[in-house]
Amino acid sequence: MGSKKLGMWLFIISDALTFSALLLAYNYLRFADPQWPTPFPFHPAILFSTTMTVVLLFSSLTMVMGVAAAARGDRAKTVWWILATMAGGLGFILLHLREWIHLIEEGVRPFQNPWGSPVFGAIFFGITGLHMTHVAIGVIYLGIISLGFGRGKFSAEDVEVSGLYWHFVDLVWMFVFPLVYLMSVKY
Amino acid sequence: MSTHAMESHATPRAITFLWVWIWLVAITGGEVFLAYKQVPLNIMLVILIGLSVIKAALIMAYFMHLKFEKFTLVLWLVPALVFCICMILIFFFPDSTRLLHLRPH
Repeated sequence: MGSKKLGMWLFIISDALTFSALLLAYNYLRFADPQWPTPFPFHPAILFSTTMTVVLLFSSLTMVMGVAAAARGDRAKTVWWILATMAGGLGFILLHLREWIHLIEEGVRPFQNPWGSPVFGAIFFGITGLHMTHVAIGVIYLGIISLGFGRGKFSAEDVEVSGLYWHFVDLVWMFVFPLVYLMSVKY
Repeated sequence: MSTHAMESHATPRAITFLWVWIWLVAITGGEVFLAYKQVPLNIMLVILIGLSVIKAALIMAYFMHLKFEKFTLVLWLVPALVFCICMILIFFFPDSTRLLHLRPH
């Protein structure tokens, strides 16, 4: 195994621990406080966040296709698959920002909200914001990789390593979506 | 292609990735259905964490190619991650439970 790939795996493990600690803390607060807000009605909030999840999952599928194309040495297809992945990432960010704006308009602030436990906003914006930052960095990272791979400056291993990062971002969302959104549905 | 990239073992076909993706979407659909059916929170938490672990395993095994890497990599990564998460739990819960009891009612 190459040093780049091993380095990325070690980074992923350390970052996974950061998100694990945050999600653990979130769930502790969620269950410890009977006044915990449930600001997500099934329609439209949960359906909206489900769409975000499917968009992110779809971008993982295009990324894995890009990695496969890179392993075959097909530069043109690799670049197109990575561009499709970036489009998915950008779509996710835009949907997420729209949701944030909606919550802010409803009065959610880091230490204040109209429904209950004041710390909800801090941990919600903290976790989803950290994840969104990872997605944004991933989009930039993929842009650099696609440009470099298209010009022959990067190898298939570089594409594979960027793919590891992207799938990790997707993997984290697989925990954030159920634990943060589905556990706070407003009935 | 670099030498390291060539080292990777048998790469699955595109159809395999598509099936994995379909499973991931289906499991997500199941999670959303649970929320729709208003399952009690404690039960839902256990089921959702279980389903999320399955989805994470699918992503790591197929999309991140861990299933096709040398097994020593899995032995390096997974026990280390599980150990560290256990340490977080061991150190987090006694203090958090103590704080819970200090909370004014």
